[in-house]
Amino acid sequence: MTLLTDLADAITRGDGPRVTALTRQAIGQGTPPKGILDDGLIAGMAVVGDRFRVHEIFLPDVLLAARAMYAGMDELKPLLVREGIPSIGKVVIGSVKGDLHDIGKNLVGIMLKGAGFEVLDLGHDVPPERMVETAKAEGAKVIGMSALLTTTMPVMGEVVGLVKARGLAGEVRTVVGGAPVSADFAREIGADAYGFDAANAVDVIRELVGRR
Amino acid sequence: MIVSFAPAEIAPLRPAVLAQLGVPARAEAPERSLALLDEAAALFAGLVAAKGVSEPIGAADFEAVYRGEGRNAPDSPVAAIAPRAEHLHLFAVTLGESLSAEIRLRFAEDDIAVAVALDATASVAADEAAEALERRVEADLRASGWAAPDGAALRYSPGYCGWDVTGQRALFAALRPGRIGITLNESCLMQPLKSVSGVVIAGPRAIHRFRPTYPFCDDCETRTCRDRLRGLAQRAAV
Repeated sequence: MTLLTDLADAITRGDGPRVTALTRQAIGQGTPPKGILDDGLIAGMAVVGDRFRVHEIFLPDVLLAARAMYAGMDELKPLLVREGIPSIGKVVIGSVKGDLHDIGKNLVGIMLKGAGFEVLDLGHDVPPERMVETAKAEGAKVIGMSALLTTTMPVMGEVVGLVKARGLAGEVRTVVGGAPVSADFAREIGADAYGFDAANAVDVIRELVGRR
Repeated sequence: MIVSFAPAEIAPLRPAVLAQLGVPARAEAPERSLALLDEAAALFAGLVAAKGVSEPIGAADFEAVYRGEGRNAPDSPVAAIAPRAEHLHLFAVTLGESLSAEIRLRFAEDDIAVAVALDATASVAADEAAEALERRVEADLRASGWAAPDGAALRYSPGYCGWDVTGQRALFAALRPGRIGITLNESCLMQPLKSVSGVVIAGPRAIHRFRPTYPFCDDCETRTCRDRLRGLAQRAAV
């Protein structure tokens, strides 16, 4: 097993201390930071995402893998910054105004970070203006919205409308998700995509930013 | 009535937290996951400061509270159940601000594993606190002479089962849960976040039974009404 596959394996096991040790070792051996990121940390999280998708593992395992990945990122981030290696894209996420449910949204955030995105998580009860203004100010490519209440779903349409009204439709893509949300609803409000679960949300966002 | 709850009284059991995290009952959680839940449980015990408030309310006054801002579903369980109640009590419970602040802090610091585990623990505990208050209301009613051998008290909350969340404003005006530190924001969400409010309806057990076939039931993903009705039947059997 090579160092980077060993690193990816430690991610899948949620073994933070080993991820830290192996990341340090890889850096010490002169492995390019981008290689450590792509073939170690992100590769490990991709396996975690696949296993989660087929219900082989569950949310606590994903959380532990994410924690392990963050431990590796703590080591790697200064090098990525120094070498000017950008993330594959910024994504603004939040539960829409009036909605306090955010476990699903948090999971999407974890898996997006695991896939190499920079995530700006605005939390819950986020007004449409804040989502759109943050996306514009931060140069985010995607706004990901979550709703668990049928009463808050219309707010997603407001966000989509605001993106268009501000002339950002080509620049900022919109993705919706959450238990009562459907592909039909996404089409109805003019959203660019619908993610039926966290893993799928990552796939559709990758597709939207052309990183498949 | 203002009450405090000891942490042990509302601390959720591990299977309930695992279920909240989407882990099926049949799944075997790995040791590391259980250690994470233990870490969250220890934090929870140190931070929780659970309180509850409840007040009786007359049928006419409750009708006005329930009407709220006129945005409820045209037909709903509470609209059918409340008029047949023998006692109505508005209630609110909270786990306190320290716990919510800790969850926010953990998210902000990217300590996502503990943040989500603590959030799930607190969500289950908030329901446990609401359940504990519901039981206390029922016990107090019986202690003060509510003689209903086939009676039962069950709680209902704005935001669920056709009771629009904007109903929180009228409920808060009548109950004043600010007394235990709960406020409403402009979206009608409670602060601290881990709080539950609603009405405890006491009356013959049969009034609580309803078929989940209202139009809004199609979009409901929680379907907790089935568990609650099952719980009601179990209580009757004890």
